[in-house]
Amino acid sequence: MASYILKRFISMAVTLWLIVTVTFFLMHSVPGSPFDKEGRNTSQTAVDNMMAYYHLDEPLGVQYVLYLKSLLMLDLGPSIGHFPTTVNDMIGRGFPVSFQLGMLALSISIVCGIALGTVAALRKNRLIDQLAMVLAVIGIAVPNFVVATLLIKYVAVEWRLLPVATWGTWRHAVLPALALSTGPLAIIARMTRANMVEVLTADYIETARAKGLHPAVIVFKHALRNAVLPVVTLLGALVANVLTGSFVIEKIFAIPGMGKYFVDGINNRDYSVIMGTTVFYSALLLVMMLIVDIVYGLIDPRIKLHRKEGRP
Amino acid sequence: MSVPDSLFVPMNRDAVDAEAIVRPRLSFAQEAWRRLKQNRLAFAGALLIVLLALLATVGPYLPVQSYDKQVLTDINLAPSAQHWFGTDELGRDVFARIVYGARISLFIGLAATLIDVVIGIVYGGIAGYVGGRADNVMMRFVDMLYGVPYLLIVILLMVVMGPGLATIIVALSATGWIGMARVVRGQVLSLKSSEYVLAARSMGSSGWRIIRRHLVPNAMGVILVQISFSVPSAIFAEAFLSFLGLGIQPPLASWGVMASDGLSVILSGQWWRLFFPALFISVTMLAFNLLGDGLQDIFNPRQRRS
Repeated sequence: MASYILKRFISMAVTLWLIVTVTFFLMHSVPGSPFDKEGRNTSQTAVDNMMAYYHLDEPLGVQYVLYLKSLLMLDLGPSIGHFPTTVNDMIGRGFPVSFQLGMLALSISIVCGIALGTVAALRKNRLIDQLAMVLAVIGIAVPNFVVATLLIKYVAVEWRLLPVATWGTWRHAVLPALALSTGPLAIIARMTRANMVEVLTADYIETARAKGLHPAVIVFKHALRNAVLPVVTLLGALVANVLTGSFVIEKIFAIPGMGKYFVDGINNRDYSVIMGTTVFYSALLLVMMLIVDIVYGLIDPRIKLHRKEGRP
Repeated sequence: MSVPDSLFVPMNRDAVDAEAIVRPRLSFAQEAWRRLKQNRLAFAGALLIVLLALLATVGPYLPVQSYDKQVLTDINLAPSAQHWFGTDELGRDVFARIVYGARISLFIGLAATLIDVVIGIVYGGIAGYVGGRADNVMMRFVDMLYGVPYLLIVILLMVVMGPGLATIIVALSATGWIGMARVVRGQVLSLKSSEYVLAARSMGSSGWRIIRRHLVPNAMGVILVQISFSVPSAIFAEAFLSFLGLGIQPPLASWGVMASDGLSVILSGQWWRLFFPALFISVTMLAFNLLGDGLQDIFNPRQRRS
């Protein structure tokens, strides 16, 4: 186990280094400097000073080494667009918000997705099943920004049930979390249904039934456990899904999370912010995937992590 | 006891053919078509895709306004007999733009997928067929890329290369081939060691015959399934990028751009600006997903769908 985790950490470090390197050189291959547009009313000395402050006057190789060095100390550097703020500040401010939103959306999609999938499997090929699966396909097919707009239009504007936008109380979180959860919810529901249908035909379910166990006990204690297990493997991808989805959702709902900083960074071509957030997101995802794999190994006794080769 | 020669009958040559190693067979396409027809949902998906493709092909010849023609006296009109899907703030016909957008969105989806398929099959095919150390190194690299959130890379590329049609396709296929490569490699690897390939080999089939008769047809299903899921994901990604302002630039219209324009006016009651692009994105996604699910059931019934 320990050696497996160590191996994974090494491979994660290499991946992260690759990402940093590619991102760095991509960003610096863009012609021009971030201060070009200020050239008109800024004196040459000021521009030189700014270039020196951001180490932009050094050769590319030196800049790269400097960036790697500061990264090792978990310093993502200063923002170019918002001078005194550092990228670390932005993440420190934005991440807790995004994290709450993401966790809420994930919880909604896991709970509702598993419930929907289970009900569909128990009523296989009946009306409820077909309705649930049509709902799931629609959840996958409709982009989340459309869901978000519809929620704002009806729930917030026409019916005035919940606030239209921004962040604060729990009432602000409901709509964005719902909009963010539709995609993952649909994916989980479909997977749960497929697994559940298969598990319900297993011999041990037949045995449990023959013993005269209550149907609820069979479903919750015997079937669900095994049916839900593979859903854990999806969590890594779902976290990525929620993460990128939150760029758009945070923009629509004007939520001051990381996604908003990232999108603003893109629109302002604030390279240090784009790089910093990309590195942070990548690191976050890699750690999440590792956690998912470890958790899966812990809850599924059939998997022995140290014998596993690569990803399953 | 002697048997007179007259009792011997020369063996019929056809009896020898009974030992041949083929069954009466349908071509891969015939087989797939036959099974597709039985799967109603998948068939509906395929039909929808054909309709969309038809719309994209003949659309510009329909008697509607050109997609970029501005009629400033007809701005922000609700859907009517003259403008089926209404008009936008520059008096452009939304139906014409949807039809034109179908070309762009489908083109992006197909082009990105085509590049994915070519790179993925070559990369995955080599890794799976050669195996051993080459496979190990190649797949380690793919595993690493797999851990990278692909939309981040796409966004980075879009920022660096500047928005545009070609950029979107390059950016989407820069990460899209990974899934295809993994699938093809896994398929080739498992087919290579399957019993019927061994049987074919032991019955004296040539390597070329095995590739042609066994590996290609059997891998084809999985590849088709992967294709039917990667086209909509490319279309979806384009909508997503357009929403962030990194998509197609005006006056060109893709569904993603139209939807994100429509978002800003939804609160003033111009529902048609968002509704129709969103509808077409959703229907396209739905069609490809239905087809993909169906193909999944057709080609690998044992594999779980997720």
